Amino acid sequence: MHEPVDAFDEVPLRELIPAVIGVLVRRGADFATAEDAVQDALVEAVRTFGETGVPRDPKGWLVTVAWRRFLDVVRSDTARQRREVAVDSEPERGTIEDVDDTLRIFFLCAHPALTPASAVALTLRAVAGLTTRQIAEAYLVPEATMAQRISRAKRTVSGEAFDRPGDLDTVRRVLYLVFNEGYTGDVDLAAEAIRLTRQLASLTNRERADPETDGLLALMLLHHARRPARTRADGTLVPLADQDRSLWDAGLVEEGVTILQAALARERRGEFQLQAAIAALHADARSAAETDWVQILAWYDELAAITDSPVVRLNRAVAVGEADGAQAGLAALREVDPELPRHRAVSAYLHEKSGDLATAARLYVEAAALATNLAERTHLTRQAARLNQV
Amino acid sequence: MPKYLILKHYRGAPAPANDVPMDRWTPEEVDAHVAFMGDFAKRLEENGEFVDGQALSQEGAFVRYDGPGKPPVTDGPFAETKDLIAGWYVVDVEGWDRAVELAGELSAAPGAGGRPIHEWLEVRPFYGAPSATGE
Repeated sequence: MHEPVDAFDEVPLRELIPAVIGVLVRRGADFATAEDAVQDALVEAVRTFGETGVPRDPKGWLVTVAWRRFLDVVRSDTARQRREVAVDSEPERGTIEDVDDTLRIFFLCAHPALTPASAVALTLRAVAGLTTRQIAEAYLVPEATMAQRISRAKRTVSGEAFDRPGDLDTVRRVLYLVFNEGYTGDVDLAAEAIRLTRQLASLTNRERADPETDGLLALMLLHHARRPARTRADGTLVPLADQDRSLWDAGLVEEGVTILQAALARERRGEFQLQAAIAALHADARSAAETDWVQILAWYDELAAITDSPVVRLNRAVAVGEADGAQAGLAALREVDPELPRHRAVSAYLHEKSGDLATAARLYVEAAALATNLAERTHLTRQAARLNQV
Repeated sequence: MPKYLILKHYRGAPAPANDVPMDRWTPEEVDAHVAFMGDFAKRLEENGEFVDGQALSQEGAFVRYDGPGKPPVTDGPFAETKDLIAGWYVVDVEGWDRAVELAGELSAAPGAGGRPIHEWLEVRPFYGAPSATGE
């Protein structure tokens, strides 16, 4: 008799994926073939464990099955192409540096030679252990397209030395991109990004504190906490000021704030820590009216000093408007490139705040025409409609 | 089943009967319109007739090949451009009549005063693949 398989949780298995790929690469497998073999082993594991239960050493199981699969591929290639491949037919047994291997797969998948979209796709497959179909569905492209993107990405990094330390900044940016993609299809990419960032932070904090990865994790948790309040049932957006704050996930807020405070105490501040500090101040306000905009503006000033990002300066103009009044906000906005997406939306908001409703309504219409997604376009049109009723 | 493209236009189609620009509706009328659109999409999926639906930004440009070794020429957007497509549905239905019926329903999306907008939509058949047996 088999137990029903519905309850089988594959996430703990997927966490093992990068370490298993690492074992195969250390035994002489090339990254691209190893990754395919491990993905096959994972599919088999999900099927088998669902029926028989999870074995005592699931990682050992995955290594054995993936290695066998890898040898099958290599042998059939060799037979077909008469090519010698320098791999041992028997896996060697020895101590395995799981932690280092996992971290190296993070670095390889976010290699600076990859485009951001390719790095995201490869990370979701080789680090997160998602199937190509799941990734394709999440990004609304055909599975064949995503398969090509992943295999090209693998070719790009296949010649890279596995042992060289990678670029942690790039890894964090890739995870942030995954997080921002949010929620489409049956894979929750925001939750997946949080899981991966948690895993990354547990690896990078081992020898020396890594406050910026902690800052990224805190930022994600604080944003994720607001998700239940961010959209209405029909998919329309609820701006931060109008959100029902009782819907915010208090547990996630608390965890985010705790992680952030520990990170900030290290006095090695970076962009993600500062963004998280701003998100934490919003989370701390029981109502929009109680928001500590003066403190938020101070964080934006610090952020603008280290990033020079036009988006930061645009958001800073909003904070100036809230802290020092609409006219001051509009003055700050004049320093920001007007071609920036959302510039008109911010301008409309500040004009409304200053009492110039006709200009605000006109700007909301213009902003709606420039919106980059339908939910935003509807929201901005609705803002114009609201003002035009007055 | 044959496939049809149902095209929404920003401009270029004949003016709809209920031609009040959206920013002059009440916020509740905007919400009702959005809800209708969402329900329509859901219903197509439930009917097994949905293939694809996309909304397009009004932004964009014309692009033209400019000869070997040269980058393509881009121009626009042109404010005077007559036809500007806002989005589409691709549906896979029994035939032309059903595609027209669906376009008719979509055209009745509520607008100002909650009255149907009578928007003009364009229905275009897809070329199918040549049949394996026919000549």
